[in-house]
Amino acid sequence: MPDMAEPILAADGTPLKKKLGQALFRSRLSAFGLVVPLLAFVVVSFIVPIIALLWQGVYDKRFAVLMPNTSAALSDWSGVSEPTEEMYSALVADLVVARKEKTIGRVATRVNRELSGMRSLFTSTARKAAELEAPYKDALIAVQKTWGELETWQAMKIASRVYTPGYLLASLDFKLNADGSIVRQDENRRIHVKLFLRTLEISMVVTIACLLLGYPIAYLLASLPLRTSNLLLVLVLLPFWTSLLVRTTAWIAMLQSQGIMNDLFVAFGVTSDDDRFSLIYNKTGSLIAMTHILLPFMILPLFSVMKAIPPSYVRAAKSMGASDWTAFWRVYFPQSVAGIGAGVLLVFILAIGYYITPALVGGQDGQMISNIIDFHMRKSLNWNLAAAIGLVLLVIVLLLFWVYDRVVGIDNIKLG
Amino acid sequence: MPGIGHLAKPDKASRIRPVRLEVMEMGKREKEITMKRDSLILGVAATVLVAGAAQSGSITAVSWGGAYTFSQVEAFHKPWTEATGHVVVSEDYNGGLAEVKAQVEAGNVTWDIVDVEKSDAIRGCDEGLFEPIDTSILPAGADGTPAMDDFMDGSITECAIGVIVWSTIFAYDHSKIQDGPTTIGDFFDLEKFPGKRGMRKNPKATLELALAADGVAPDQVYEVLSTPEGVDRAFAKLDTIKDQVIWWEAGAQPPQLLADGEVAMTTAYNGRFFNAIAGEGKPFTIVWDAQIFDTDLWAIPVGAPNRDLAIDFLVFSTLTEQLAAQASYISYGPVRKSSLPLVGTYYTNPDLEVLEHLPTTEENFATAIENDYVFWADNQDELNERFNAWLAS
Repeated sequence: MPDMAEPILAADGTPLKKKLGQALFRSRLSAFGLVVPLLAFVVVSFIVPIIALLWQGVYDKRFAVLMPNTSAALSDWSGVSEPTEEMYSALVADLVVARKEKTIGRVATRVNRELSGMRSLFTSTARKAAELEAPYKDALIAVQKTWGELETWQAMKIASRVYTPGYLLASLDFKLNADGSIVRQDENRRIHVKLFLRTLEISMVVTIACLLLGYPIAYLLASLPLRTSNLLLVLVLLPFWTSLLVRTTAWIAMLQSQGIMNDLFVAFGVTSDDDRFSLIYNKTGSLIAMTHILLPFMILPLFSVMKAIPPSYVRAAKSMGASDWTAFWRVYFPQSVAGIGAGVLLVFILAIGYYITPALVGGQDGQMISNIIDFHMRKSLNWNLAAAIGLVLLVIVLLLFWVYDRVVGIDNIKLG
Repeated sequence: MPGIGHLAKPDKASRIRPVRLEVMEMGKREKEITMKRDSLILGVAATVLVAGAAQSGSITAVSWGGAYTFSQVEAFHKPWTEATGHVVVSEDYNGGLAEVKAQVEAGNVTWDIVDVEKSDAIRGCDEGLFEPIDTSILPAGADGTPAMDDFMDGSITECAIGVIVWSTIFAYDHSKIQDGPTTIGDFFDLEKFPGKRGMRKNPKATLELALAADGVAPDQVYEVLSTPEGVDRAFAKLDTIKDQVIWWEAGAQPPQLLADGEVAMTTAYNGRFFNAIAGEGKPFTIVWDAQIFDTDLWAIPVGAPNRDLAIDFLVFSTLTEQLAAQASYISYGPVRKSSLPLVGTYYTNPDLEVLEHLPTTEENFATAIENDYVFWADNQDELNERFNAWLAS
């Protein structure tokens, strides 16, 4: 046993341990150097924009920047007392500038999100603001009596917050009051929680359906001779290579009430001509189309894991007296679990963010949370709310991932 | 937004598709080929002119593409070039203010004149993206009516001048329904006319139609809709047909849904149905009761490189004759009242009078509702939320 105090030396006299460390460091450095371009690309094109966008979910400086005097006056205001003349004069001063700088449209849009009707109030008042004279309180109320109402000022106070939990609360169907209290959204405007739950439900059903359909196919592919299995694999991959939109619209042709499936049902007497099934433009449509589109993401990892399971193990089990089922369940299945883990995770995470397919075939009850995000990004242009909903969705996915790690174990995943 | 681009898509394909080899059709095809060659020559000429000569200028006009831009090229661009020697370079976009905003804010404006929806015209004006336009430069109509009286109410705004009126209407397939619906009430009457309905997945126009069907007079629709009870009433009316509705989003969908027999009747933009009827010979009948009409306008971005030429083009293209000529290519109504008597026949079919297919024609217009931009600007956040929640419930 060598003496611990006396380190082994390399040929040039330095301790071997140090020498090894240096060599390892150099190889790590060159490895790092090789991935630097990719890392920089990912950071610049992916991580930074995502953080910048999600940041908008809690940060909105528009009102504070464009209406500086009003914002200052509002910060001292309790939110429940009568608005003071100083607040009114600050408002008029800001309105005059906003009109001249042509920024009034942006201010009006922001406040209108808090209270309907504010947009026209701001734009029409701004047109006259330059001619108003003190006392401004009476002058503004003379223009529009809405200016005298407390809730107008409360809407502005909420809009004047630069760091605001308002959008995150809205994405969970709550709303923020001017005094900082939090209340639930009006019942007929609650939608997000319902959609989050539906998104999770659809994603889970799709994942389970993909697993049930995909496992036997993957098993078949893995156990057939190479030539046949390659041919079958092409059949799996062919739809995989086809455009998502093409596949989705193909399902419309298949499932619509005058479509192929319903025609067949009528021809075989399953249903009558006047009473065709509603297979599309509802949740059923979303489930069928998404299952089909995501199936390859289940089959491929399963297949590559199963391909690596030596068939001799099952033969060995059988030779020692195991029944077909026991051999499969005790010997084969445990070895395929890593593929199931990969497939399930892949399909579930893809499904939870799906939006084109539900948008096209989901009708009203097949819509998912991403459709609302898309709506706020492209149509209502409320990017702040879209970012907040996205943030909540991201947190949910990370949470599920964590749970998955605790229950199944993230090491238990293999893509082949 | 109900893009005109969506209204006007089935352009080249549908123009060329019905190629029956008849003599007359052959003639038409030749004409089309000539037309294409003309536009090619025009394009080459434009390039040469832009590159070589400074005396004749060029402007970039941006519109929604497809059959709609085609109608503008035929009715506005070519005659203007003929009259002034200046050239119009045509660009397409999909509506919205995003691109104009990007150009203006970067100080690098390349567009001279843009065809915008009214909501965008007003919003762009409020946000300082469009130039205010002096309305005194607009000449009187061909019949002598002063411009301010000749242009329809609401088609002249601070920063934009109207071009066309388009509308949301509903239609059915008369080969499948005899004695079809005639009023908006029939659209909501599932007993009299069973079958699915197609509606746009948007509270805009949908809530108005529901109220009109519930017996609210056209001029009171927005008054009623401004009250919480009115909104409840509209949703209650929609509840009666909710499980029979197929919701569409793109303008191309409704004619397809109707042609496939997926719906018994559906709302759509009138140009879409006209195209299906006139261009493809579909057996559709349009019901004009409670049509909801809106305006498209020309606006000039702040800092447009050829501002003066653009204004000249704007004035030229909104003359009585030009607006009337445009209607021969697409069934959208001219905003000048004096244009209506001059509207001719569809350009490929001399027997088809376009006038009776325009939203602005008297018999179509009797119960028309004007889309209230201000109402929607104020209430769309809230009503969108409520509509989405209603859909999901």
